[in-house]
Amino acid sequence: MEFSELIRTGRAEALLLPGPGQPPVRGTLCITSHHLLLSDGHGSPSDLWLLLRNVDAVEKRVAGNSGTITLKCKDLNILQLEIEGLEETLDIACSIEALSSLESVTTSYPFFYRPQGLRLGDSEYLHPPDDFYQQVALKTNAWRLSTVNRDFYVCASYPPALVVPCAIGDEALARSAHFRQGGRFPVLCYYHSINGTVMLRSSQPLQGANRRRCAEDELLLLEVLALGGGQGLVVDTRSAQAVKQARLTGGGTEAKAAYPGWKRLHRPLERGRPLQDSFVRLVEACTDPSLSMDRWLSRLDGCRWLTHVKEALTTASLVAQGMDREGICILVHGTEGTDATLLVTSLAQLILDPKCRTMRGFQSLLEREWIQAGHPFQQRCAHSAYTQGRPKNEAPVFLLFLDCVWQLSRQFPLSLEFGEGMLLALFDHAYASPFGTFLCNSEKERYLCEVKTKTHSLWSSLNQSKERKRLCNPIYSPNPLALWPSVEPQSLQLWAGKTSLRFHLPSLNPGSSPWLRSLTGFFHIPNSRSFLTLDSTT
Amino acid sequence: MEHIRTTKVEHVKLLDRFSTSNKSLTGTLYLTATHLLFIDSLQKETWILHHHIAAVEKLALTTSGCPLVIQCKNFRIVHFIVPRERDCHDIYNSLLQLSRQAKHEDLYAFSYNPKQNESEREQGWQCINLADEYRRMGVLNSKWHLFDANRNYQICETYPIDLYVPESVNTATVVGSSKFRSKGRFPVLSYYHQDKEAAICRCSQPLSGFSARCLEDENMLEAISKTNPRNRYMYVMDTRPKLNAMANRAAGKGYENKDNYSNIRFQFVGIENIHVMRSSLQKLLEVNGTKGLSVNDFFSGLESSGWLRHIKAVLDAAIFLAKAIVVESASVLVHCSDGWDRTSQVCSLGALLLDSYYRTIKGFMVLIEKDWISFGHKFSDRCGHLDGDPKEVSPVFTQFLECVWHLTEQFPQAFEYNEAFLLQIHEHVHSCQFGNFLGNCQKEREGLKLKEKTYSLWPFLLDDQEKYLNPFYNPTSQKFAVLEPNTVPFNFKFWRNMYHQFDRTMHPRQSIFKLIMNMNDQNKQLEKEIKELEYKIKHQKNRQTDTVLNKESLLSIHPDSPALKPSLCFKKEQTLLPVNDAVRTIEGSNTADNRYSEYTEEFSKTEPAVVSLEYGVARMTC
Repeated sequence: MEFSELIRTGRAEALLLPGPGQPPVRGTLCITSHHLLLSDGHGSPSDLWLLLRNVDAVEKRVAGNSGTITLKCKDLNILQLEIEGLEETLDIACSIEALSSLESVTTSYPFFYRPQGLRLGDSEYLHPPDDFYQQVALKTNAWRLSTVNRDFYVCASYPPALVVPCAIGDEALARSAHFRQGGRFPVLCYYHSINGTVMLRSSQPLQGANRRRCAEDELLLLEVLALGGGQGLVVDTRSAQAVKQARLTGGGTEAKAAYPGWKRLHRPLERGRPLQDSFVRLVEACTDPSLSMDRWLSRLDGCRWLTHVKEALTTASLVAQGMDREGICILVHGTEGTDATLLVTSLAQLILDPKCRTMRGFQSLLEREWIQAGHPFQQRCAHSAYTQGRPKNEAPVFLLFLDCVWQLSRQFPLSLEFGEGMLLALFDHAYASPFGTFLCNSEKERYLCEVKTKTHSLWSSLNQSKERKRLCNPIYSPNPLALWPSVEPQSLQLWAGKTSLRFHLPSLNPGSSPWLRSLTGFFHIPNSRSFLTLDSTT
Repeated sequence: MEHIRTTKVEHVKLLDRFSTSNKSLTGTLYLTATHLLFIDSLQKETWILHHHIAAVEKLALTTSGCPLVIQCKNFRIVHFIVPRERDCHDIYNSLLQLSRQAKHEDLYAFSYNPKQNESEREQGWQCINLADEYRRMGVLNSKWHLFDANRNYQICETYPIDLYVPESVNTATVVGSSKFRSKGRFPVLSYYHQDKEAAICRCSQPLSGFSARCLEDENMLEAISKTNPRNRYMYVMDTRPKLNAMANRAAGKGYENKDNYSNIRFQFVGIENIHVMRSSLQKLLEVNGTKGLSVNDFFSGLESSGWLRHIKAVLDAAIFLAKAIVVESASVLVHCSDGWDRTSQVCSLGALLLDSYYRTIKGFMVLIEKDWISFGHKFSDRCGHLDGDPKEVSPVFTQFLECVWHLTEQFPQAFEYNEAFLLQIHEHVHSCQFGNFLGNCQKEREGLKLKEKTYSLWPFLLDDQEKYLNPFYNPTSQKFAVLEPNTVPFNFKFWRNMYHQFDRTMHPRQSIFKLIMNMNDQNKQLEKEIKELEYKIKHQKNRQTDTVLNKESLLSIHPDSPALKPSLCFKKEQTLLPVNDAVRTIEGSNTADNRYSEYTEEFSKTEPAVVSLEYGVARMTC
């Protein structure tokens, strides 16, 4: 295998320094293609199995005839290894650096991981677009499942099957796609069965400086209003200023004159670099225990993370409120429609739809609104908060979503079937996973890499009864109502379980709410979670 | 009552504190001798005790009427609009008078009548007995004894009668030491740690100035350190910032000179004084009372108020104290300036960390009774019970409760009581409904004849115990013998349930706590039913054996005959169902309750570009 060239030294004697909540391990360190192992040779439970993909940054320090390697992981854990031998230290650091930053998808670990008890191709049984369409079709026959994108020709980042108004033919869809950035024409993402209003999402229309229009696109949105009650609201996730800017480079937003019945609302949400910076600064503040109280509060304030949480929750609540209380149809988009847009549409569904709050429903929401909807996981989650390199396309949008869900779970602790453990697991798997679920940037790429047939699905693993039990909320009680969260700053909390705090507060029971844990006797052991077992591939 | 000019005003509006769109409830305002009562059109009642009112403010007249803002000591803020200015003025004046009594005798406690007879009242006052508490600590050994020369408060006015000092110390030494201490508050025992044979003692600052010495005081400290056979060194904790202590030297006060005392280790811990604390809370309340507060303003306000920094300082001091005892088996003497504010905080929190008894409901009452009430924390002055010097008011006790709350958050299984218990105590410290917290010291309380004229709070809390129990309490776990809290800054949070107690929309809409309590109730109910059934079965069988022949009586020997099991299970399922339903009702999540509905009106208006969404959401332009 070509990995062998990258492994300069495969073996060394090493000591894992005790970390928060983690005993020291002394033994032999091994580097394999995808893992770092540290074992004392007795197979004790404290053996370290680290997926190299999880390593975000490597720092090395040498002194005399030994060295220390600090591994900063994407799940925000920090490991310190003392290694005997100068040469070995440098070689091992080098190998880890090389192996952890491999870009090739098809040689990544999920393509080799063959856990017991799971069958390949299991993920095929999850068919969100079909399932979703069946649900909508049960209630109304005004929508159809279009296969205009079956060969990913119309839109590279959309899945093959999409739900659109019956009255709009594939031809028109293709035209509308042409008028939208990346071909992401408006598609149905939620049908509110209580009053028949709908939520759509898309990317920005390519209006440009000379205010181009597209008849098919206008017709599509007009048809949506005809089906959904007459009033519409375009929620643009950018500021009016940013839209003006976008117009200069060929983008824009829906002009009022061109789309009668549709109003427009600008709700600027942070994305891209600023969001990544916010995440990095939050983690920096959390990993610095020497901060004074005032310093801590000002760093927490300065990183603005909770502001982003508040804005995202507010926008989602607003969308949900518009549909549920005002009976208006909603179209959400920003620029590309793959980040903040999905954040808003998925949160709004969680607020409105009790089905999304079940374990199964939440998984299919993620599959539908994040994975198949083309959130570029590979780009966004290439690095986490520790990387020293300049971020390219990284942004913790998905993490922001998980944080918002966590806020909901704090305010409505009985209403979600899954617990905090599930959210933490999703965070970890999005950044480094032995499963194929979060690989690639779109369905097209996944199709080309044959992800679905050659890797295991995270969902199958999570739905095994043992895992499921661990991730479920023991006090779940189905709640048929909408969950209207409070977004006052006093009501929002810092999610210690998300930040590296969970690795730093052993006495505090990092992770989930101490109350809940006392209740279930479920103890969240951070380290055992992030190191994945090799099973059959070793 | 002579202060009440208007007893009833109709068509008064109650504004929603955080609403950005002047949403209000209309109802009738009643003024009684003790309470202000508002009944809205839905017959929901809002009661405000006059003593809880911290400030009343009449704002400038508006088109809809005259606004009246009432701020309470339990952090409730209500905003009324009274249609006629004259009514508003009358109510304003009445409330000003009623909320600021000049004499203790006019306080609610002296007229409050909970329908108890005299002997019940007396029993109530005996419910907490500090002599028992010192016995529990194991104080009456050969090293400590009861000092009885303060019978008439002649040595120290603000101390209680029963004080414990080292056996080896005689009255002359005590008197000498007391003369060398501010307000005569000489070193006495606050807590004795039996296992470590170490003591927590408390006093006020020495009158050392720049060079004064007092032999008796030095002997006193020497005697205290000698009671500890394990560690000859004793810590002297001055809970003030060093600068403040040094400034006091110029006024002939100050701190212990290490050279004059044998075997002491001196330590400043830097808790700020009552004035700093008062203005810090003031700033905090200003910040969190802002409408449409942004996350940034909230955090920067939290930071600049310094409130959490002060809470951390108090807790850090208590941890220092507990560590000295647990790790070094050293005795500790704690003082601040007068030894009744910061000293009470640190001594009581230290003991709470060390001794799990204080983490029980009864034990917490004992702790407050001992370190706060008996040692003369000036509740009347600090809580502003009477119309007095506003500079004496300070949230020292509130800080203590907040520190305890932070501990309950870090150790959810270590406390028998819950947050509601802390909030209820806070409520009554200010309510003047019970006699416990009236007056500034025991001498004053005796003068007021509180035990004859008022009731004690504690028996009422004990009667209501169910409400204050923490369902997660694990009294047997050894893990919680001594609490070692982590005080890195990110463990300190804003106490929403205290400072926004009455702002319902800010709180989680479902409570795990209530669920568990309901489940517990249910279990109890089921157990009761099982007992009843078992009793019935037994009864039935006895009857059978009476009537039927010997052969049958063999059966009754097996009470757990398989035949009755299924019937029990069946019963269980039946009773479980209705309660499950009850749990499912969600506060604040139905249409009428949440404030999103305003959006409707705004949206249905055609053009105006502003959509305002309630619940702290910013304004949005269409």
